[in-house]
Formats: sequence, C-alpha cells, structure tokens
Amino acid sequence: MTGNVMTSPVGEMSGTRQTAVPRMRRRRVMNAGDRIFLAIIRSAALVPVLLIILFVGILIAGSMPSLRAFGLRFLFNSEWQPNAEIGEDYGALPFIYGTLFSSVMALLLAAPVGIGVAVFLNEVFTSRLRGAIAFLIEILATIPSIVFGVWAFFVLVPFVRDGIQAHVQAIFGTGFVLFRGPPLGIGLLAGTLVLAVMILPMIVSISLEAIRMVPSSYREAALGLGATRWEMIRLAVLPPARSGLIGACILALGRALGETMAVTMVIGNKNVIRWSLFEPASTISSVVASNFGEAGGDNALMLPSLTELALILFAMTLIVNLVARFLIRRFAGDKAVIA
Amino acid sequence: MSHVRNNLAASLAANAGAAASANGHRIFTEHIVGGFGDTTVLKGISLRIAHCSLTAIMGPSGCGKSTFIRCINRLHEEIPRAWVTGKIILDGQDIYGADVDPVAIRRKIGMVFQRPNPFPTFSIYDNVAAGPRLNGLRKRHALDEVVEKSLRHAALWDEVKDRLERPGTGLSGGQQQRLCIARALAVDPEILLLDEPCSALDPIGTERIEELLVQLKKEYTIIMVTHNIQQAGRIADRTVFLLLGEMVEEGSTSDVFTSPKDPRTEAFISGRFG
Repeated sequence: MTGNVMTSPVGEMSGTRQTAVPRMRRRRVMNAGDRIFLAIIRSAALVPVLLIILFVGILIAGSMPSLRAFGLRFLFNSEWQPNAEIGEDYGALPFIYGTLFSSVMALLLAAPVGIGVAVFLNEVFTSRLRGAIAFLIEILATIPSIVFGVWAFFVLVPFVRDGIQAHVQAIFGTGFVLFRGPPLGIGLLAGTLVLAVMILPMIVSISLEAIRMVPSSYREAALGLGATRWEMIRLAVLPPARSGLIGACILALGRALGETMAVTMVIGNKNVIRWSLFEPASTISSVVASNFGEAGGDNALMLPSLTELALILFAMTLIVNLVARFLIRRFAGDKAVIA
Repeated sequence: MSHVRNNLAASLAANAGAAASANGHRIFTEHIVGGFGDTTVLKGISLRIAHCSLTAIMGPSGCGKSTFIRCINRLHEEIPRAWVTGKIILDGQDIYGADVDPVAIRRKIGMVFQRPNPFPTFSIYDNVAAGPRLNGLRKRHALDEVVEKSLRHAALWDEVKDRLERPGTGLSGGQQQRLCIARALAVDPEILLLDEPCSALDPIGTERIEELLVQLKKEYTIIMVTHNIQQAGRIADRTVFLLLGEMVEEGSTSDVFTSPKDPRTEAFISGRFG
C-alpha cells in the first residue's frame, strides 16, 4: 500500500503517470484473472496436505481390525499364521528386524563409499571427465528398482553364494551364528548389498552438492598451513559439509527402508529372525508386496495386518526424516554462523 | 620491459645498503612470471626481502599483488590452470626446485587471507592447534602452550582465554582475523604472508591488526598485500608498487612515499588512479 502512495509522485515527475497509475489500481482491486489464479494456486497448495491426511487416515482405518485384534503385541510377535481354521496370528517383528538390519547395513556400506566418491570427484579428480562421471552417477539413480532386482537375482545372488558365502564359511566354519545358513545366496546379505548399490548414487550426488558448497577459502586456509590434500579434506572440507553429508545418509536410509522390488527378489521372504547374513529374511515392504495379492478370503485379519505393516513403515520413514531435519538444522546452525 | 629492468637495477642498488643493516635477505624472487591459462598476470617480478621486516605490496585491483604473494608459498598453483615460472629463493633454496614438496614450503610460511577464514566447525583452541597437530604435536600440555603463546602473539589471548572451546566463528571480524594470524603463527613460520588482511575489517579492527603487525615484524619476515596506501605508509618498512603485473617501484617506504622515482607511483599515491 505504501508502495503505491510512494510511486505515484515519482511517476508524475518522470512523466510515466499514464502507465503507472492503471497498474496500481489493478493491484489494489484484483481483477477476475488474478482472483481465479489465486484460487487455483491456493487449492493446489492444499492438495499435498489433504493427500497426506487422506493417506494416513486410510492406513489407520484399513489396519483397524488388526490394531484391535493384536494391539501392541503386533510389534513384538514373530508369527505369521494366515490360517483361519487354527486361528489367524500376525506379527511384525521379523519384518521390522529385516528392514532395519538391511537398511542400516546398506547405509554403513554405502555411506563411506559414497562420501569417498564425492570427495574424490570434487577434491582430487581434476580432469574434465569429472562432470561426465557425476552425470553417470546421476543416471544410475534413475534406473528402475526392478532392473536392480533382476541384476541382483542373476548376478549378485550367485556372487554372494559362490564368491562370499562359500569362502566365509570355509574360513570361519558355520559355527559362528553370523555366517550360518544354507548355500542359497538369497538372504539378508544379498538384500543388503542390492540396497547399498541402489542408495549409493543418492549419497554421492547429495554429498557432492554439500562438498561443492564449502567455500574454497577454508581449503586455502588448510593448504596455507601446510596441509596435504588428505589433511585439507579432513580439516576444511568434511567438517563444514557435515550437515549435508548427514542429510545425504539419512535420505538414503529413508530410501532403503522403503525400497521394495529389488529386495523382495533376493531376500528370501521368510518371516524369521536369524542373526545370520546368509539366512533368508523379510522386510516390511517385501512382505507387503509378496502377500498383498493373496490377502483376503477367509483370512479376515491378513489385509489389515499388511496395512498395519505399511503404517509402521510409514512411521519409520517419518521418524527418519524428522531426525534428519533435526540433525541438519542443528549442524546448519554452525553454517549460519559461517556465513 | 626495459623500465622494469631499470627499476630492478635501482631497487637492487637501494637494497644493497639495507641488506647489511637488516641482517641479510630472506627471500629473493627472480623474474617471477605467472598467470592463469592464457592470461599473464605477473610479468617478471624480481625482489629481495630482508629478514625481520615488513614489506607492503600495493597497487590497484587486478595488478597481481595477491597472485604474487600466493606464488611465495606455492598456493597459486592450487588454482586450476595456474602457472608460474622463475625462481623464489628462500634461505638459499629455490622453492620451485624439482625436488621441493610444496607442503613442506607452506609449513615454513604462514598465510593470512583477505577474509577471516577460521575453520567453521572448530573451536578457537582447535583452530590455533590445527597447524601444530598437522606437524604431529599431540601432547595436550605442549599444545596448550603453543595455543597460548600464539594467541598472545596475535594479541587475542586476553579476549578469548575464557572461551577457548567456543567456535572461532563466534568472534568479531577483527578477532577472527587475529585468530587466523594466531593460527598461522602457531606453526612457528619463518615468513608471514598477509593478503589484504584488513580489507574486510572496520577501522578499529584494522588498527588492532596494524599495531599487531608492527610488533610481529620484530620477529617475523612479513609480506603484506594492501590496496590501502595509507596502511602501507603507516606500517611498512619497504613498499613495492605493482601495476598491471609489473613492478613499477620498490624501495624504503619513506622514499617511495616522499620521492617516488616513477611518475605512475606518484600518481597512485596521490590518489589519481587505483
């Protein structure tokens, strides 16, 4: 409003009154086009909010029978008994275990490699090929999940069976619980590895972005002190980039938690908790994907149980994202001081 | 080119006298030519710098001042497509020799930059201790000593002694710059390079740094780039005037300011350009 009052005399003086005044009027009293546009973008902004409310509501409503029947026990129960005659019984524990184990292990494998690749591309590899390699990594992120699944099934699984499991069991024997298991190749390790490969591009590209944002003055400060390249990275590149690096890892973890197809194809889909890399297991998303088609019929509680699993997964990814926001904001506090 | 040589000859003659009084020369640069890609920024700078003195390098923006001092600790070559030829002799050794490790050179030469750049996630203590730690100093007791000594040297100790564990970036701009000086001094450098250290500071911060440099030049050989003519006049023993990558004039500060040999120096000092 004050802007309008202020510009009017200026317009008069510079002789642009004719053009300036009508434009101001239009702004003050909105015309029909503007009003319609505003209404459209306002309702567009409401769509995601409504979708989330709807989404959570449907998940809760759908899992109501299971919530009523099993209560909190659902979280700690290892049974998966889709048999109405002897009594249905469902529990989420093996799937929660499988999901957390495979995702966290995948992150532990992929994070050092991914951050290492990002550091290498930005700090060490000065060739012009750098851009091309970064582009290829981005492309890797766009490969559909099912393609990774097929690759994992035909390449990774035999490799795990013959290349890893056979050797590990030959060296350590099968007495050690972590290395027990039938020589299938299918199991937790295969699921973890395919997840690690799938989240790697994401970690690389977000880390690369974070590392690029670090002002070169810090690098020069370190080099000026007589730091070697590695010491410079340790002093002046990784610490200022840490909020971005943590963000990369946690977003990747979120992706790994929800990843379905590729994992379902190689993890074995058995609802057991075995502390072994080579035993078949299940994740929440894999059990939902592989059982959804058969749910229903006499087993009245199966579909609600699968829906409740989806709700649990949703809650897990929500928590991961909230933690990410908290950590990034905490470390971004330092960044604000830098700027 | 010819006037460069003339100036060189003149400056070498002028320096010959200073050499005896100033405990010998520390650094010689011989025909430093350098630049980036196809651009030549430095067109042959030859200079002698005396032990325990403060040399100011002044000139208008883009004259190559920063590039020149970044050649002295071999930081220039870290920029992609940067190149440099010529010799820089530090205590008898050519730092551009084939078997010289630039990292070792930089450990002997401290550098302070235009904008204060303490490591953002480090405490005040860790910022100062960064250099000694790179050199392998691990003992807490020894580190404490170095940190205190360096901060005292940089005239910052009294202001920060109660908050050494606080982030260095929480200090004021002038304090941050003195922290950067302390960080550079902590490795006990033989030479201290300062690239327009006051350009991002307010007048009070600038004054503190200038007082500090006057103290430090008793113990260190200091080369400072400045675009502030008055600053060079106030604190430098010798002043070098660069213009478009050439050394127009070099001499004792009083000579350069009161009786410049080159008309372009006079024009610059009297504020007619730059």
